[in-house]
Amino acid sequence: MSALDTGRSGDTQPAGVALAGDYWRPEGRPDPLGEKGRSGIGAPLSRVDGADKVTGGARFAGEFRFDGMLYAALVYSTIANGRIFGIDTRDAESLDGVALVMTHQNAPRLNTPPVFLRAPNGAAGDDHPIMQTDRVHWNGQPVALVLAETQEQADAAAESIRVDYAAEPAMTDFAIAKTQARQPDNLLGGPAEIRVGDADSALAAAAYRVDATYTTPRHNHNAIEPHALTLAWVNEPEGEGETLRIHDASQCVDLAVASLAEVFGIDISRIHITSPFVGGGFGGKTLWQHQILAAAAAKLAGRPVRLALSREGVYRVVGGRACTEQRVALGADDRGRLQALIHSGVAAMTRHNNLPEPFFQATKCLYAADHIRLSIDVADMHMLANTFMRAPGESVGTFALESALDELADQLGMDPLELRARNEPERDPTSGLAFSSRHLLEAARAGAERFGWSERSATPGGRHDGEWQIGMGCATATYPYMRMPGAVATITLTPDGATVGIAAHEMGMGTATVQTQVAAARLGLPVEKIAFRYGDSQLAGSVLAGGSQQTAAIGGAVIAAQRALVTELLSLVDEHSPLSGLSPDEIECRDAGLGAIGDGSRFESYRQILASAGRSELCVEASAAESQELGNWSMHSFGTIFCEAGVNAVTGEVRIRRLLGSFDCGRILNAKTAASQFRGGMIMGLGMALMEETLFDARSGRVMNPSLADYHVPVQMDVPEIEVMWTDIPDPHTPMGAHGVGEIGITGVGAAVANAVYNACGKRVRDLPITLDKLL
Amino acid sequence: MQWTINGQVREAEVDFRTSLLDLLREQFQLSGTKKGCNQGACGACTVLVDGERINACLALAVQYQGREITTVEGLAEHGKLHPVQAAFVEHDGFQCGYCTPGQLCSAVGMIGELERDLPSAVTADLAAGQIEWQRDELRERMSGNLCRCGAYNGIADAIAAVLAEELGEEIAR
Repeated sequence: MSALDTGRSGDTQPAGVALAGDYWRPEGRPDPLGEKGRSGIGAPLSRVDGADKVTGGARFAGEFRFDGMLYAALVYSTIANGRIFGIDTRDAESLDGVALVMTHQNAPRLNTPPVFLRAPNGAAGDDHPIMQTDRVHWNGQPVALVLAETQEQADAAAESIRVDYAAEPAMTDFAIAKTQARQPDNLLGGPAEIRVGDADSALAAAAYRVDATYTTPRHNHNAIEPHALTLAWVNEPEGEGETLRIHDASQCVDLAVASLAEVFGIDISRIHITSPFVGGGFGGKTLWQHQILAAAAAKLAGRPVRLALSREGVYRVVGGRACTEQRVALGADDRGRLQALIHSGVAAMTRHNNLPEPFFQATKCLYAADHIRLSIDVADMHMLANTFMRAPGESVGTFALESALDELADQLGMDPLELRARNEPERDPTSGLAFSSRHLLEAARAGAERFGWSERSATPGGRHDGEWQIGMGCATATYPYMRMPGAVATITLTPDGATVGIAAHEMGMGTATVQTQVAAARLGLPVEKIAFRYGDSQLAGSVLAGGSQQTAAIGGAVIAAQRALVTELLSLVDEHSPLSGLSPDEIECRDAGLGAIGDGSRFESYRQILASAGRSELCVEASAAESQELGNWSMHSFGTIFCEAGVNAVTGEVRIRRLLGSFDCGRILNAKTAASQFRGGMIMGLGMALMEETLFDARSGRVMNPSLADYHVPVQMDVPEIEVMWTDIPDPHTPMGAHGVGEIGITGVGAAVANAVYNACGKRVRDLPITLDKLL
Repeated sequence: MQWTINGQVREAEVDFRTSLLDLLREQFQLSGTKKGCNQGACGACTVLVDGERINACLALAVQYQGREITTVEGLAEHGKLHPVQAAFVEHDGFQCGYCTPGQLCSAVGMIGELERDLPSAVTADLAAGQIEWQRDELRERMSGNLCRCGAYNGIADAIAAVLAEELGEEIAR
């Protein structure tokens, strides 16, 4: 049985699918695929790549081979700021199998890479020169690279390299750095400060006030696949020069090509990256120094290279989430109506990247406060550039905001869900825009009922089970809808089916499976007749696997390509065709062909149309429409997280007994893979709540726990059976009526756990993670 | 040097420092077995040796000559998925798929431990001759295999389904 045959739902509606029109306009028509009961949409189809993944057949980037390939190992700096004044590579060079030792003294000249969010094609984490000078910018910066015939030889040689440094003063203590914080010139392209009314005065005048500081530590993505790549400079025939061929683990193949082209001063047509399987990304698999160093070393050695970072190497070279210190101040009247909402604070950053951990993003849209002030400052540090990690901002920001809401509810003696309901806004409280689709209260009510929220003790410490104190907590989850520009889809139609190609990525989200379902439904073909191609920079357009936007970005491009395909097909039919004289908007795709909407007798199959026109295939390419919807509405996903925690009265240990997420994320496209995305995010949220912390030595700037033995992530026994549910109400202004579901799961969980812990034992922890020492 | 891997005798000359994991991945191109941490913390490299699960990253290749080694590539027989593999697909016991080979080998080895009535940290009565097959027993025993995508519920469901099939009744929660 193939994976395609499992889990197919009988939820079908034979009607065809008309072309989607202007869903992005206020008066536009919704995408017909968002309608309930559409054939295949929402069905719990098992993963199309499932068989490959359970048999070992799926090949990851570090598993491809080139003839004559060398293995790489890196040496990392041990100071945070200063310069290298001596580097002794003689022992390394004398060892068996060593082909090259590369340092700043012999590395080829490289241009500085364009930085993500700063340059249009930027994929790089920071703008430091890469092994070009003797300068050291962070503790852990690569200072030498060894190539050898085997990994063992490369590793041994790397260990024999001696580096002497002239250290200079470094800012490695966040407690000091935050006293010199500055306001960044932007936050993800928007303002770093937002004011509605006068929040400070309103707070001072409020009858009920919460004003507290919440802190969150550094986090690392810790995808189980460490970053790895296999590459070669391939000589093209007939003196056509060289092409850089890379098998990479990437969530941005096109941005990576554009950035590498700048670094090496070559045309983008000279670089080809494929990334069919990615062993987890979570924001970390973009462009970092290791890819550039591997390509430079391969050039210098004249041989292909495999570079697989060790787990420690990932911590040294690939940035993680920055630490934050946030103030949330709430002022309310005696009925719980928010009069003032202040969310401000500081996040660690460097002067060489552009991502202030955007903790107030969620606060922009959640509650109808009369007066709002949001602001962020950054504390510049000598550290590896921080970067995006699952729900940057919202994950740690909702911990602060939703903990504060719980504190206010406690003060008011009000049910925390009721407090949230009383502050449900009519319109976006900071932008003033209408919401495209907001059904948070429905999701909260349904979740509360399923969870048994009414059994929560109103006073902390009210429930016991032996030595365990039991408590319940809830928190709101939210993440924005996005659809970034640049998506282009191709559809190649043959008598046997269709191939959809788009430069998107599959890192476990289920993209390949879901988009196969969507394309099948849209084209009126069975899923077995759809091939979905992705993860290849030579495919048209550019789609970033980030910001939970892939589903919509791909959807928008396929909508455009479907219109192009239907237009082309109609141009092929002659006057004897039953379709003759029809315009694309009078057509629907059904039963492996085109038919007139509302007229079952006018139909011609794709096979017939192609045969009559003497064509073996038809290939179209189209760009997604501009994302005008984002300017017309405030667009977000919502949800409520419910948690039941046990706190051991003797040891302070916290165990999560139950966890439920009730979400409002538009139309759910695949019940099985979406549930896994929600659960996966919630589990990362549990890790954030209870155990995850990248320990940064304030004296040396060195990460002290760069391993999975010392950086704890949730294991099987830490995770209860997690219930997930969803409203399944389509957003009329998005492709398929859908929102991305990859990041919302982690949001709200930190606060739901903290609130449950408070309800269990009466201790309020405002400093993540909630380890047992904080509860004793 | 000689190893028996998935029923086949394989030969190679390797560095004495080479781990069993690197032997499989780099010498024999059996890259189904994954490297996640290379220090025994994540379980992605789990393989079966004479039916018992081990971390291949902590094993030197030279030590394992003459032993029966089974990797994820050897679980399916005659092109038919092993019941645990099929159950992982059905219950969505993975997302990215990188920890999956280790989870699968670990699950197969773990089921053997249950069948042999070996106790675990959650076994209430260590002296009891028989282990009760229940969900916490399998969850505890699978806790050495990290999954960062968070497919733990699906993994437990998949294994419980296989055990239920074997037992002829549902696995207790």
